[in-house]
Amino acid sequence: MIKDGAFAGVPHQVVYAIGMVLTAVVVLSAFVAPLAGITSWLERRVWARMQSRVGPNRVGPQGILQWLADGIKNIMKEDIIPTAADQKLFPLAPYIVFMGFLCSFVVIPFGANLIVADLNIGILYLLAVTSLVVVGILMAGWASNNKWSLLGGMRSAAQIVSYEIPAGLAILTIIFLAGTMSMQGIIKAQGWGPWDWFLFDNPFTFCAFFLYFTAALAEGNRTPFDIPEAESELVAGYVTEYSGMRFLFFFFAEWGNLYVIGAVATTLFLGGWQVPPLPIFDNHPVLLGMAQFVTFFLKAYMWVFVAMWVRATLPRVRVDQLMALCWKYMVPLSFICMLGTIGFMFMSHQGRRIFGALTLGFAIATIINFFRRVGFQFRAAKPEFYWKPHI
Amino acid sequence: MTETAPTETGLFAEEMTISVGPQHPSTHGVLRFVVKTDGEVISEAIPDVGYLHRSIEKIGEKVTYHGYVPYTDRADYLAAMFANQAFCMAAEKLAGTEVTRRGEFCRVIACELNRLASHLISVGTFGQDIGAMTPFVHALRERETINNLMEEICGARLTYNYIRIGGVGYDILPETLTKIAEFLDHFGPIVEEFNRLLSGNKIFIERLAGVAVVSKEDALSYNLVGPNLRGSGIKWDIRRDIPYSIYPELDFEVPVGTAQVGSLGDSYDRFWVRIREMQESAKIIYQCLKMLPKGPAISKVPRKFKPPLGECYARVEAPRGDMGFYVVSDGSEYPYRVRIRTGSFAAMSIIDKLSKGIMVADLIALIGSLDVDAPEIDR
Repeated sequence: MIKDGAFAGVPHQVVYAIGMVLTAVVVLSAFVAPLAGITSWLERRVWARMQSRVGPNRVGPQGILQWLADGIKNIMKEDIIPTAADQKLFPLAPYIVFMGFLCSFVVIPFGANLIVADLNIGILYLLAVTSLVVVGILMAGWASNNKWSLLGGMRSAAQIVSYEIPAGLAILTIIFLAGTMSMQGIIKAQGWGPWDWFLFDNPFTFCAFFLYFTAALAEGNRTPFDIPEAESELVAGYVTEYSGMRFLFFFFAEWGNLYVIGAVATTLFLGGWQVPPLPIFDNHPVLLGMAQFVTFFLKAYMWVFVAMWVRATLPRVRVDQLMALCWKYMVPLSFICMLGTIGFMFMSHQGRRIFGALTLGFAIATIINFFRRVGFQFRAAKPEFYWKPHI
Repeated sequence: MTETAPTETGLFAEEMTISVGPQHPSTHGVLRFVVKTDGEVISEAIPDVGYLHRSIEKIGEKVTYHGYVPYTDRADYLAAMFANQAFCMAAEKLAGTEVTRRGEFCRVIACELNRLASHLISVGTFGQDIGAMTPFVHALRERETINNLMEEICGARLTYNYIRIGGVGYDILPETLTKIAEFLDHFGPIVEEFNRLLSGNKIFIERLAGVAVVSKEDALSYNLVGPNLRGSGIKWDIRRDIPYSIYPELDFEVPVGTAQVGSLGDSYDRFWVRIREMQESAKIIYQCLKMLPKGPAISKVPRKFKPPLGECYARVEAPRGDMGFYVVSDGSEYPYRVRIRTGSFAAMSIIDKLSKGIMVADLIALIGSLDVDAPEIDR
């Protein structure tokens, strides 16, 4: 019991617990807010350059503070709640979406010792809290009292619930291999080199990775699966009636979610924060920590970049095609991946290494072939060469 | 108007009535559709036009023949050159005015450049309707170059007022001709890049193949014109079948729908006809640049233009199909009556028939594939 002060009569444990939660929230917010903001700037920049535009480049060097300007602008806008909207649920919905996204940062590891809570059910917890987003979206769609919002909300609910199944099954293959659901445990079961990653463990995990990534894009309402907010069909989907700060919260969650997708993919398949055991790290634990953080961050952002790239390239699928893709192709495929991985686990260590090496070779050949094709198209298009990274 | 009927499970299912437009992002201007849907599948979509009516036909009765040319620009702002040409052709026919040979060539060059610009907008926004953002910006980038060329040709970027009775307003300068040739050299590979990015995309094809199929009979009975008609496999092009200007001297193909990914007359066919028409337009401009004769760009036309008593109908092949101007003269300085016939208005009538049983996303694809343009519908 605390004797005096504002908390007199309250048990110590409660005060400490509240203090810990508050600290975690502050630290996370301080990390997540710039992260989501800079991701939004990066997306607009990357997208602009792919579309032969310039993109935001006015606020700060190369426009890197654009997200701050947008945030301030949106905070200062009038908070409009339509009179016909549900007066309680309408303001609440963005926060639920945001909660679902923020809670996922609790289990995302940034380094060997840099994690809020290394839960022994880490990945399960992550799947559970990201499902909160669908509640918020459905709430937003319903409470807006707008037909477009409702359509968007219903589409989103159907989509996220469906795509959780292939995503969950793809994650299950990794849980089998690692023997744990803890995020740190999964990373520690892998090594620093690509040959030790679960991505190249066997052909089935290789497929499972792409299944996971596709399903995660769909869960994050990203193109080509952005039908809940398809602006050419549903005006703005479930965010049609939102403005100002509440609108920002939805997009905050969407852009931050991009990083979560990349981080989970990195953790599960790409060896997480594992760095080569260089002799310099033995005496400098801080350097080791920084190297791990940077490694993890770069790997995660590579997939964020791929998601932006996909968004700039592909059109949107129709809602029935979206469902058909999930239930007819991805769910059976992820089952096959799961069963195949189980089969591989009975194989001897040497045999698995051979298949892993073959998968790695196949991946490298694919990447080389990709660049050859790009080069061919490039020469066919005869573009003018210019190098202006700083417009 | 919502129907309430118990379903098999005993639950009551209500149809939702949604107003798509007039401020919807994909209605290409201020159009409105009253859509009845169960959430995804549309049971009825009734087009509601008239939001952009500017009485262009009535204005024609109050201004002189020369003064009316700038107004025709506004009939279809994406293809202003064609409305200019159709009206001028009608006025010339009424008065028997000769057009100089160089004037005809300038007209065709400007018109085909305008067709490129219009089709670029059409295929670009169509890609955007389907959800592909990048091809739209790439198409607009190319259109920007065309706008620059147009600015050099006639001083305006959108509402040209270039074609005048008896010829064209200004001669095309030699350096502009070089720039046009340079642009066309650059444009050929760009179309192929566009095809790699959008036309050949698996998702794009899946979204359009077999969607909103217009049969040959429907296309004829609903009076579709232009690429919408040719998409259904009917080879009808005013430039070829009712030749005007110098088109008989030029060598060009009339692309028609070939059902290459779905069934004949689907949304993809209409889209693909436009892509190939762009290539044909580029071919036409190349030929015109080679054949361009010397001479005056405009013939002597009196400032007080008074055609004799009579009436006349002139039609051109605009990007949205057959565009016609019907002009009645009572012998005075002012037209007695002007009537404009446009392709988009005809295309609107078939939307009601095609939209039964398709999905909301397909309705957007249908509107995009018909390439309807709000100002041209209402005039």
